[in-house]
Amino acid sequence: MKQFITFVKKEFYHVLRDRRTLLILFGMPVAQILIFGFALTNEVKNAKIVVVDHAKDEASRHITERIAASQYFDIQEGLMDRDRMEAAFKEGQIKLAIVFPRNFRNDLLHQNHAQIQVVADASDPNNATTLTNYVSSIIQDYQMGLNENATLPYQIVPQIRMLYNPQLKGAPNFVPGVMALVLMLVSVMMTAISIVKEKETGTMEILLVSPFKPVWVILSKAVPYLFLSLINVLSILLMSVFVLQLPVMGSWLLLFAESTLFIITCLTLGIFISIKTQSQQVAMLISLMGMLLPTMMFSGFMFPIENMPVPLQIISNIVPAKWFYIIVKSIMIKGVGFEGIWKETLILCGITLFFFVVSLRSFKIRLE
Amino acid sequence: MNPQEPVIKTEKLTKRFGDFIAVNEITFEVYKGEIFGFLGANGAGKTTAMRMLCGLSTPSAGHATIAGFDIYRQTEQIKRNIGYMSQKFSLYEDLTVLENIRFFGGIYGLGDRQLKSKSQELIERLGLQAEAKKLVGELPLGWKQKLAFSVSVLHEPSIVFLDEPTGGVDPVTRRQFWALIYEAASNGITVFVTTHYMDEAEYCNRISIMVDGSIEALGTPKQLKSQMNETSMDGVFYQLARGAKRGE
Amino acid sequence: MVTLNNITKTYNKGALKAVDNVSFTVEKGELFGLIGPDGAGKSSIFRMLTTLLLPDGGTATVDGHDIVKDYKQIRSSVGYMPGRFSLYQDLSIEENLHFFATVFNTTVEENYHLIEDIYVQIAPFKKRRAGKLSGGMKQKLALCCALIHKPTVLFLDEPTTGVDPVSRKEFWEMLKRLKQQGITILVSTPYMDEASLCDRIALMQNGRVLSIDTPQGIIAGYPSSLYAVKATDMPRLIHVLPTYEPPFNSYIFGEYIHIDMRVMDDQPPIENLTHFLTNAGFEDIEVVSITPTIEDCFIKMLTK
Repeated sequence: MKQFITFVKKEFYHVLRDRRTLLILFGMPVAQILIFGFALTNEVKNAKIVVVDHAKDEASRHITERIAASQYFDIQEGLMDRDRMEAAFKEGQIKLAIVFPRNFRNDLLHQNHAQIQVVADASDPNNATTLTNYVSSIIQDYQMGLNENATLPYQIVPQIRMLYNPQLKGAPNFVPGVMALVLMLVSVMMTAISIVKEKETGTMEILLVSPFKPVWVILSKAVPYLFLSLINVLSILLMSVFVLQLPVMGSWLLLFAESTLFIITCLTLGIFISIKTQSQQVAMLISLMGMLLPTMMFSGFMFPIENMPVPLQIISNIVPAKWFYIIVKSIMIKGVGFEGIWKETLILCGITLFFFVVSLRSFKIRLE
Repeated sequence: MNPQEPVIKTEKLTKRFGDFIAVNEITFEVYKGEIFGFLGANGAGKTTAMRMLCGLSTPSAGHATIAGFDIYRQTEQIKRNIGYMSQKFSLYEDLTVLENIRFFGGIYGLGDRQLKSKSQELIERLGLQAEAKKLVGELPLGWKQKLAFSVSVLHEPSIVFLDEPTGGVDPVTRRQFWALIYEAASNGITVFVTTHYMDEAEYCNRISIMVDGSIEALGTPKQLKSQMNETSMDGVFYQLARGAKRGE
Repeated sequence: MVTLNNITKTYNKGALKAVDNVSFTVEKGELFGLIGPDGAGKSSIFRMLTTLLLPDGGTATVDGHDIVKDYKQIRSSVGYMPGRFSLYQDLSIEENLHFFATVFNTTVEENYHLIEDIYVQIAPFKKRRAGKLSGGMKQKLALCCALIHKPTVLFLDEPTTGVDPVSRKEFWEMLKRLKQQGITILVSTPYMDEASLCDRIALMQNGRVLSIDTPQGIIAGYPSSLYAVKATDMPRLIHVLPTYEPPFNSYIFGEYIHIDMRVMDDQPPIENLTHFLTNAGFEDIEVVSITPTIEDCFIKMLTK
C-alpha cells in the first residue's frame, strides 16, 4: 500500500510540474464552456429580415414599425412574395421572415385572435432561437398595449417555423457535450500518454524489474487522472451554473456518481491504448482519432443521431460518450433520477468492464 | 592542410544562457584539409560551440567566419557549405540506402544527373551494392555510420562536422570509418570531429580540449603530450579535464 | 550467481538473431564485463537476465532463480540500470531515490551505507531535478537508484556510453568499491579499454561470444606477435605497409600503426621492418614489439 501511495504521489508531481499540460487540463474546460456559452448567448444585432405583409392594415403596420425601430433587425425592402423570400433564405441574404396574413386586424379585433407567421433560418439554431424570441417579445409588447383598454383580451399567436433544423438539435445541450469531450480528452489521452511516456523514457524497464506488481503501475497511473477529471467536472458545472445560468435540475450527487463511472470508462480506454502502443505520438493519435472524433460525431452532441443513416446509428451505440451524454442531459436538463437512466448506466458499466478485462489480459509483464 | 587557408576562424566566440557562460571566448583557426579534433568533458560546451559554428545558434559575443562566411549574417551560406553528421541522427531508418542518398543530395541542391552518378559511385565505394534497396534501419550500425558520413560529404562541402561519429562502433569498422575521414581530408575537406575515444584523438592533425567553456589546450597530439609531460592522449585529457568544475 | 546455457534470442519472427547460443557463468562477487560494439547482443542478454524478455531457446538462472519461471524473485533481488538514462527527469534527485526505494520495498536509510560513497557526491544538488543534471551526475544518481534495495546482482547496461574519459574513470572506481562490498556486477560496454578493469570478460560480436576469460588470459591467448610502428609520414606509412612481404594485417592504433605478424614468417621482424621502411624513404622509424590490448585481441578475432 505504501508503494501505491508513493506512486500516486509521484504521478501528481509529474502532472503538477508540467505547466503546459496543467494549463491544458484546467484551461480547456473553461475555454470550451466560454466558447460554446458565448456562441449560444451571443447578442444578435441588425439581422437582415423581411416583412411580408398581406394584411397592409393598421395593426400590421404598427408591429412592423416596432420591429423596424428595434436595434436587432434590419428590414430588407422589396422581397414581398414567397418565391423571392425563399430564394433569399437559401442564399443566406435574410435570417428571418415575418408574414402577416390577410385580414390580420379584422381577425384580431373581431375574433380576438390572430396569427403571425415567423419563419427563421435554423441552420444556425442559436441565432434562429434568439431572433424568434425577439420577435415574439415585440409582438407580446404590442399585444399588451392593446389589452390595457379592452374588456376581452386580444391574442396574437406567432406561428414559429424553423427552417432546415426543426428540432433545434444541439443548441442548449452543449454543457453535457463539453463534459463528455473534456473527460474523454483528459482521461483517455492523458492516461495513455503518461503510461506510454514511461515506456519511452525507459523507466518502465526499471519498474518492471522491481517487486512492485506491474498491474499496480498502471492502476496507480489512473488515480491522479480520476481526481483531475472530477475537478474538471466540478469546474464545468460551476461555470455552467454561475456563468451561463444553466442550473442543474437533477441531483448533483447522482451527476457526480455517473461522471465518476464515465471517467473510469475513459481511464480503462486510456490504459488499453497505452498497452497497445509504444510511443507517445501513436498514443495521442489513437486517442484523438479513435476516441475524440467518435465522441464528437456519435455522441449526439454535434449531430443528431436520429438523422444519421442506420449503420452509423448502430455504430453510435458503442461510443461510451453517447450514453454519458444522454445521462448528463437527463439529469441536468430534465432533472431525471436514477430510475430514468439505469439502462444507460448499465451499458456504460458493461463497456468499462469489457475494456478492463481486455486490458488486463493484454497487459504484458515483460517488454514484448 | 594549408595553414595559409583558414576555413574556420573564431575570435573570442562566446555563448551565454542567462548567467551561464556555456562557451567562453574561444579563439582558434582550422585550416583547409585539416582533421581537427574537438575534445572536452561532458558539459564542457562542445555541443554549444559546434551549434554556433554550424550556424544553428547565434553567438552572444565574438566573431567567427566559416568557409569565409560570417557566422551572424550569412548562416544560409554557411549551411550550404558544410556537412553535418552526428551519432544520434544521421539517416532515415525507414528509407532505403538509395532513397537516403537521393534525399540528402537533393537537399543540398545536387541535380538529377549528378545525384545519379554520385549515388552510384558512393554505393560502389562502400560496397553496398547488395543493400542499395534495403532500408537503412536493417544495416549494422558501423555501415550506417559510414554511409551517413559519405552522405554528409556528398555535396563536397568545405567543412564537415562530425559529432561523436564512432560511438558504439566495433574497432574494425571504426578504423574503416577513419579511413573515410582521411580520404575526405586528402580531397581538401576540412574535418571537425568530436570523440570520446582517446586513440582517435591521435588520428587528428590538431586537437583542442575544452574545459568549462574555454579551450585549455590546442596543438598537435605530439605537442600536447610533450607540453603536459604525458605519454598518451588519455593522460593529457585526464590532467586537463580532472580540474573541471562544471557539471559535477 | 548467474548462469546462461545456450541462450538464444531472435527478433522479427526469427529474422534477426540478436543473441546466438550464448553460455557463460558469473561467480559470486565477480565484476563481469560484456564487451562488444552496438548490436553485439549485450542489451538483449541483460534484458533476458532481468526477466524483461523471454529467451527463444536455452535456460538461465540468476541467484539460483530461473529467468522464466521465477521472474518475481529475480525482480525483487536484482538491480538494473538500463542503457538510456531511465529516471524521472521532472523529479529531484531526492525524490527519485525515495521513489525507487519505496517501489523496492525499502527505505533510503536502510541501505544508505551502500550508496553513501556515491550519494555524497550528488547530495549537494539533491533538490535539483534529474533532467537538469550533467551526464556524470545522472549516472551516479541512476547507480544509487539501482543499488538502493541492496541487490544481490547488479546489471549495468552500457553505463559509460557517451561519457567522457574522466567521468568514465570515476565510474569504474565506484564499481570497484561496490565489488568490495560483495555485490556481483555484470556490466556491458563498447569501450575496449574498460575491459581490463573487469575480473572476467566476454567479448561479443553479432550475438556470439568470441571469447570468455580474464583480460590477462585473453591477452595471453593472442596467437601471434604484435608490433607498433611509427615514422615521420604516417599517412604514407599506412599505404606502404601493406606492400610488405610476407603480408600482414596492419591498422592504425593511436599514434602508432599496429602490425600483426606470425612469428615464424619473418626473422628477425624488427630489423627487417626497419630496413624495409628505411629503403622506402621513411625517417625517425620506430618499431617495437608490444603486448596486445583487448582491442587488438578483438580486432584479431574479427579479422580471423
